[in-house]
Amino acid sequence: MTEVTMNVNGRKVTRSVRGNELLVEFLREQLRLTGTHVGCDTSQCGACCVHVNGELVKACTMFAAEADGAEVATIEGQANADGSLNVIQQAFQDYHGLQCGFCTPGMVMSAASLLKDNPKPTEEEIRHHLQGNICRCTGYHNIVRAIMAASGQETPAVAAE
Amino acid sequence: MPKDHGIGASSKRREDVRFLTGTGNYTDDINVYGQAYVAFVRSDVAHGRIKSVDTAEAAAMPGVLRVFTGSDFEGVGSIPCGWQVTDRHGEPMKEPAHPVLAHGKVRHVGDPIAAVVAETLQEARDAAEAVMADIEELPAVVDMKAAVASSDTLVHDDIGTNLCYDWGFVEDNREAVDKAISEAAHVTTLELVNNRLVANPMEPRVAVGSYEAAGDMSTLYTTSQNPHVIRLLMGAFVLGIPEHKLRVVAPDVGGGFGTKIFHYAEEAFCTFAARALKRPVKWTSTRSEAFMSDAHGRDHVTKIELALDKDHNFTALRTETYANMGAYLSTFAPSVPTWLHGTLMAGNYKTPLIYVNVKAVFTNTVPVDAYRGAGRPEATFQLERVVDKAARELGVDPIELRRKNFITEFPYATPVAVEYDTGDYNATMDKLIEIADLANFETRRKESEGRGKLRGLGINSYIEACGIAPSNLVGQLGARAGLYESATVRVNATGSISVMTGSHSHGQGHETAFPQVVAEMLGIPEDMVEIVHGDTANTPMGMGTYGSRSLAVGGSAMVRATEKIINKAKKIAAHLLEASEADIELKDGAFSVAGTDKSVAWGDVTLAAYVPHNYPLEDIEPGLEETAFYDPSNFTYPSGAYCCEVEVDPDTGKVDVVAFAAADDFGNVVNPMIVEGQVHGGVAQGIGQALLENCAYDETGQLLSASYMDYAMPRADNVPMVTVDHSCQTPCTHNPLGVKGCGEAGAIGSPPAVINAVIDALQSGGHTHVTHIDMPATPNRVWAAMQG
Amino acid sequence: MYAFEIERPTSVADAVSALSADEAQPLGGGQTLIPTLKQRLAMPSKLVSLAGIEEMKYVRRDGDVLVIGGGTTHGRIAREAAEHFPGLAALAGKIGDPAVRNRGTIGGSIANNDPSACYPSAAMACGATIVTNSREIAADDYFQGMFTTALEEGEIVTEVRFPIPEKSAYMKFEQIASRFPLVGVFVAKFSDRVGVGVTGASNDGVFRWTEAEEALAGNFSADALSGVTAPPASDMIADLHGTAEYRAHLIPVMTRRGVAAAA
Repeated sequence: MTEVTMNVNGRKVTRSVRGNELLVEFLREQLRLTGTHVGCDTSQCGACCVHVNGELVKACTMFAAEADGAEVATIEGQANADGSLNVIQQAFQDYHGLQCGFCTPGMVMSAASLLKDNPKPTEEEIRHHLQGNICRCTGYHNIVRAIMAASGQETPAVAAE
Repeated sequence: MPKDHGIGASSKRREDVRFLTGTGNYTDDINVYGQAYVAFVRSDVAHGRIKSVDTAEAAAMPGVLRVFTGSDFEGVGSIPCGWQVTDRHGEPMKEPAHPVLAHGKVRHVGDPIAAVVAETLQEARDAAEAVMADIEELPAVVDMKAAVASSDTLVHDDIGTNLCYDWGFVEDNREAVDKAISEAAHVTTLELVNNRLVANPMEPRVAVGSYEAAGDMSTLYTTSQNPHVIRLLMGAFVLGIPEHKLRVVAPDVGGGFGTKIFHYAEEAFCTFAARALKRPVKWTSTRSEAFMSDAHGRDHVTKIELALDKDHNFTALRTETYANMGAYLSTFAPSVPTWLHGTLMAGNYKTPLIYVNVKAVFTNTVPVDAYRGAGRPEATFQLERVVDKAARELGVDPIELRRKNFITEFPYATPVAVEYDTGDYNATMDKLIEIADLANFETRRKESEGRGKLRGLGINSYIEACGIAPSNLVGQLGARAGLYESATVRVNATGSISVMTGSHSHGQGHETAFPQVVAEMLGIPEDMVEIVHGDTANTPMGMGTYGSRSLAVGGSAMVRATEKIINKAKKIAAHLLEASEADIELKDGAFSVAGTDKSVAWGDVTLAAYVPHNYPLEDIEPGLEETAFYDPSNFTYPSGAYCCEVEVDPDTGKVDVVAFAAADDFGNVVNPMIVEGQVHGGVAQGIGQALLENCAYDETGQLLSASYMDYAMPRADNVPMVTVDHSCQTPCTHNPLGVKGCGEAGAIGSPPAVINAVIDALQSGGHTHVTHIDMPATPNRVWAAMQG
Repeated sequence: MYAFEIERPTSVADAVSALSADEAQPLGGGQTLIPTLKQRLAMPSKLVSLAGIEEMKYVRRDGDVLVIGGGTTHGRIAREAAEHFPGLAALAGKIGDPAVRNRGTIGGSIANNDPSACYPSAAMACGATIVTNSREIAADDYFQGMFTTALEEGEIVTEVRFPIPEKSAYMKFEQIASRFPLVGVFVAKFSDRVGVGVTGASNDGVFRWTEAEEALAGNFSADALSGVTAPPASDMIADLHGTAEYRAHLIPVMTRRGVAAAA
């Protein structure tokens, strides 16, 4: 066991971890932050996306020990200080960018990292950026629209609206 | 002006807040104090005789509580099948046993042989590796036609054949169909494969069993679309636990698409082991495990023949299908290629004579069962592909050929035993032509050509059947369950409402859409209505969510229960207003006496029901809670027309979907935003089936596509924005909401549109020899087809 | 995963020393190794994470050579190489997905030599030098077939030096599920030669398509390839996603496109 200290969603935590303990296991099991999900075991679905030192990573493909000393941000820390949904979260609700909700935390974290680097992405850039986040429900249509809306852009027109 | 509340409003989803803040409660988020963990030992061969399973070393490893094998389940029931099909000769289907843990033989890669329960997951997995299973590998049957022909390699030795059933529908039509085809002016024939798929909801399956010995009470938390069905199947048929001693909870469920309908061995195992060990027992599937233990979908091989007269009227249709059951009969597997497939073969067309033959086959593969659409995508794909091929052979416009044969008068009784209540197939086709801007397709094709791409246009119609019903009919067809739905509307003293429903939401937005209905009926704000679902302990017996049935059946139950509430509330209001009940009107959340200004608010009536001081106790009971069970008199029949435009790279065979439009008729629509989202998602899955997804086995029964490294899921850059329209509405005539269901349409209507477009692109590019490409139309397959 | 300890050295020297332990294994970004560990296909006693070694993280230009530290992530290479060597930056920017690019490193990719890894094609086409804690190895000598390299036990890729071409492009034709290259071709035009590195296709791992290199050396245009026969299908990988013939067919297609797109 190794002792690690990290700052998770602004809270300093120190815990013992196993060598083979994944960051996602640490978050879910030790910190009970169950918003970060596990949807695959080959590092492809992106349901486990979190930010480590400001960068998007898959928490299922990084060991907790490697995050020693890091700043970690998860979905649980994304809402505004007053508890209201942040601009990306709100756009996902407004544009129906989620259905079952399982991929959603990873999608929101992924979208946040995109908009940090690219505040006005095109539809193509959004789709390219999301290639590591699989959603089985939405067909991505409304996820793309939500991210465009969150970035203050017009959303692609859709019939029957 | 769109409505901003009630039926027809795009109310934002209230469930989103918890999902967006990471505070959902999925099954894997549930930990029961003192729980132990399961690791299954799964077969790595497709077929073999279990000579011995040595658990001694594993049992002695650190943290191991117990190692279970098939022999621990002697005397325990078989995983049941919920539908018995009767074959052409009147004989029941072959129904082999399906033990919780394999006994005697393993029959597919992934078949569980043993299960280790240990203090930690790490310990369970370590010990699982130490279980020594001595398995004599046997030849495997993978190809369906070979399986049927084989008499020496049998998946189940005791039933003496790999043929589960040979079904003919309608058997009495057979000779007339044969005659019509032999005499036809033109017959178009197509042999095709409906590719095996893996549903892949993003949340893998999880089961947590617990047991409270003092009360002899078992609880199962599970990733299910229908907790009551699981309680019934597992309690009554496998473990022998009566309903009142078994609670099944399906909390937030991360997508289902059919694959979470079924009762799985892991659920029974965790419940059984928790009782045996008096410890909670948890199993969380890895994705790799999911690929070899979740029921797969589709996997049909079909020959279809369409006969036309000289005027291009369809005169007869004949199909022969091999349908893969896999190694065991999953819960509803037998119904999928039969009653959910054969009954849809008329499609949108007035073909007078139809004969469908289906041979269901056991193979050494994972069981196959319903996946989004379940039988209807298979029917639609073959029909819409053969119609398209016929149009090409005859040199006629594929839309005009369809229109010529469309059913235009309703109700319409098809020759395959169903009666369409309403529809307007020309209207959805007209709408499609408009929203897909078909008038300018040639301009777009030239623009694509300028970039070196072959552009193709694919069109199709579809019809489906949702809300399978009525129960007495489906019982005659072999269903071993009713197909009603339930709702309890509990009006609380202050007027707020809890609706307990047997439907289950795993992405469909019931918590938002259902209150829209109840609130509209009562004229109260939607936020006064809460939906309770997913727990057998606090919902009435209901059949759950699949087959696009929730609103049409579950919603109708809710309407019926709410009507009862209104009737009783009117009696209370009449008493309070000292008026005749017949004169009481409910409007905008208040009861008034017709023709007067006398009224009483909703909340005053509900309070009176629970504080019955001024109350007609001699006439009616206190309280305001009603339950209804709704059993529909017929299926509902959503329909529509879809259009896909693709670009094919002639050098590589890569297909890009560049435009997609869907014009659907869902009848009335409660929440347009949610309905459109269902279509977007269904279309993406259909595009996935058409171009990407392929669950493949090699000839020895090894699963080749066993992870996302080899099973291609649609990603954001594989699919376009989808233009959707649901303004063509022919309301269902037999349910109170006039709704038809929208959950599966996208996955049913889109695969033929995509493949029709690919064929069109290749033909327009000069590859006129290419008349069909099997799904998925991967770059390699398209390139190979172009080579001839 | 089996149980193991994890160590996080902060210098190359400490990492080399840690790797001298029995059954110790280096961990780069882990984007390939961790999924492998999950399948219990590897059983290290100890993982030596290289992620904490700052001295292995850099992208810098040294004359006509782009020098990249072995611990540099794909994402950083995509950003920082763009100005000097756009072809390589574009290659890095197409690996995996954004999250994978933030963890996966060039050293890890080069050390693993997956037959479908992207970087080896560029290393071969450019005649890169693989630098380890103990020596320098020419790309032609380094890559020795599927998952096989010249690396010794415990040896770490500390740096990769890419001669910067005048023009280059990477053309990746993706396997539809994993999105690894079914065929990836890196074309690099130097003043005196052309390099064509092919990944994903061959049973022998990454290779240089020398016939194309020769044809392009005299005439760097897609037309120059018209008389060149494609590498034989008999050498190519055949799997669920592509036949050997299909892979062989794609090599000239991707090469022509690379030549046309080179910048």
